[in-house]
Amino acid sequence: MAMLLALMIGALVAGGVWLLLRPRSWSVVLGVTLLGYAVNLIILSAGRIDRRVPPISGGENLADPLPQALVLTAIVIGLGMTAFLVALALRGLAALGSDRLGEGPVDTLSADDEDDDGDGEGTKGA
Amino acid sequence: MPILPVLLPFTAALVMLLVPRLAAQRGVALASGLAGLAVAVLLLIEADTGTTLVYHLGNWPAPYGIVLVIDRLAALMVLLVSLLGLPSLLMAMGGSDASGRHFHALFQLLLAGLTGAFLTGDMFNLFVFFEILLLASYALLMHGPSAAEAERLRAGTIYVVLNLFGSSLFLVALALVYGTLGTLNLADIARLLPMVQAGDAALVRTAMVLMAAVFLLKAAIMPMTLWLPATYARAPAAVAALFVILTKVGVVMLLRLVVTGWGDAAVTEGLLMPWLPGLAIATILVAAIGVFSSRRLAEVAAWLVLISSGTLMFAVGFATPRATAALMYYLVQSTLLCAGLFVLAGHVAARRGPLGDRLDKAGAAFGREWLLPAWGLLAAGLAGLPPLPGFIGKLMLLQGAGDERWQGAWWAAVLLSSLAVLVVLARATGPLFWQARTVPVDAGPVLAGVGGLAPRVGLWWLVAAGPVLVILAGPMADYTARAAAQLHARTSYIEAVLGPVLVQRERRP
Repeated sequence: MAMLLALMIGALVAGGVWLLLRPRSWSVVLGVTLLGYAVNLIILSAGRIDRRVPPISGGENLADPLPQALVLTAIVIGLGMTAFLVALALRGLAALGSDRLGEGPVDTLSADDEDDDGDGEGTKGA
Repeated sequence: MPILPVLLPFTAALVMLLVPRLAAQRGVALASGLAGLAVAVLLLIEADTGTTLVYHLGNWPAPYGIVLVIDRLAALMVLLVSLLGLPSLLMAMGGSDASGRHFHALFQLLLAGLTGAFLTGDMFNLFVFFEILLLASYALLMHGPSAAEAERLRAGTIYVVLNLFGSSLFLVALALVYGTLGTLNLADIARLLPMVQAGDAALVRTAMVLMAAVFLLKAAIMPMTLWLPATYARAPAAVAALFVILTKVGVVMLLRLVVTGWGDAAVTEGLLMPWLPGLAIATILVAAIGVFSSRRLAEVAAWLVLISSGTLMFAVGFATPRATAALMYYLVQSTLLCAGLFVLAGHVAARRGPLGDRLDKAGAAFGREWLLPAWGLLAAGLAGLPPLPGFIGKLMLLQGAGDERWQGAWWAAVLLSSLAVLVVLARATGPLFWQARTVPVDAGPVLAGVGGLAPRVGLWWLVAAGPVLVILAGPMADYTARAAAQLHARTSYIEAVLGPVLVQRERRP
């Protein structure tokens, strides 16, 4: 179980960081989301991942409720941030005519990932 | 009482959602700002008696509940937030607050997040306040003239993504801390750190380094630097002025973590010391070069913020009582003066029409009669010319921070950066002010953004900080010395939060 969780977190972080480094805002949004998932799993694992009984039932071997409260807060905040980032990306797409991030002339970037996000909206130019 | 500085702006923000009229919002914002200032002064007086005020939220005892802690350092920072918030607000009332319906509500939320971050004694609560102030700052950043929207969006997206990444790191650090120490209360962390078992040591060290990295990111220390000038120079002047203190949150929180949290626990040995001073000096040097490359006054101000945070971080690395006291003094004056330069850049930009605050010759005169003295005072203060407080602060830092190994590099970096600032600011005076009347071209009417009396009051408020801090230099230095002494007497903080009897809680399995 622990190994499975660790592998999942590792895969999510790796994917998230790779997507974060992509030049287009849509991949970056996805990257932030994946990274958020990984972080939530890490917080959850801070409360130990063996079998425990609910803390209200009394008795031995109680589960720690705090990491669950923490992860709930993190999920809510992450959701809000992602929503804001999506809105920002859409506004950027509208204002710049391109979803590419970073400075410099848009057209000199390599064309290898032209419209690879598959939404067909990769309006070039600007 | 200790929760009032957080509660006031929160309430004001809620009220603003109910009253959509701009004039009413301005009234509420001013009332909240003035009340906040009064509360901050009262808290400072109370904190200066030497007692550490602890407020248990919901009356849950620490370390189970969340605490707000006010010692001399926290009180000073809350007062600084008020002293910076009011002039920024006045500047915004010149018209940039009309560029969005929720400008004032966001502004108050940013203030609430700032004061909360300075007051809280719980690391997860610190994360929550960080997110409040960051979300407000993201939204505020997007306000401003629509002409520059594309640029602002680019810079803003990078700022948001970088900070989201920082938040993820922070959460990972918190999870590791909770998983190993079983607490997120700073005082409790400080109590438990010396007792960390050998098996947990690597995880604890990782968590602490991650947390420090997050604070360094907020303070824009090398190599996580270049987002700051890109972002701050494009924000509206009033917003940029308030943003100056965002970097200081990173500095103060790292100081608190290192001094109060870590202390001399063996497990945190050597986490910062070999490399933090080097990175801080690198930040100062890069920023000094950046100042030369600036083409706009707001860019100069943004690089100056970086010089200031590099200088402060160097002192954090050495965290002796003397260095801490110098750090606090320097922090207050450099925050207010950098903010003043942003506000001045806003005034200049609005009066020069299409030229904006670019460091080029202006057309017609633009009210330099009253801007020029403000510029002179600000520039002299920022360059650290005696007798202005920039000089006193730098002198205290030069004497107080560093050891034999770093002395040479430290003095060279501070003095070289001061020289760079002096040269750039002196050179900017010509095109910005003196040569203004040589080409009698109509610069057009004063642009929206700084109409009315309020922005001028805001500017002079910040400019006056220089002379006032010189007059108050004695009491102020005494206060920061007392604050540093209190901060370094760690047990007083821990006992104030956890109570005098340190009951050994059961260890987590």
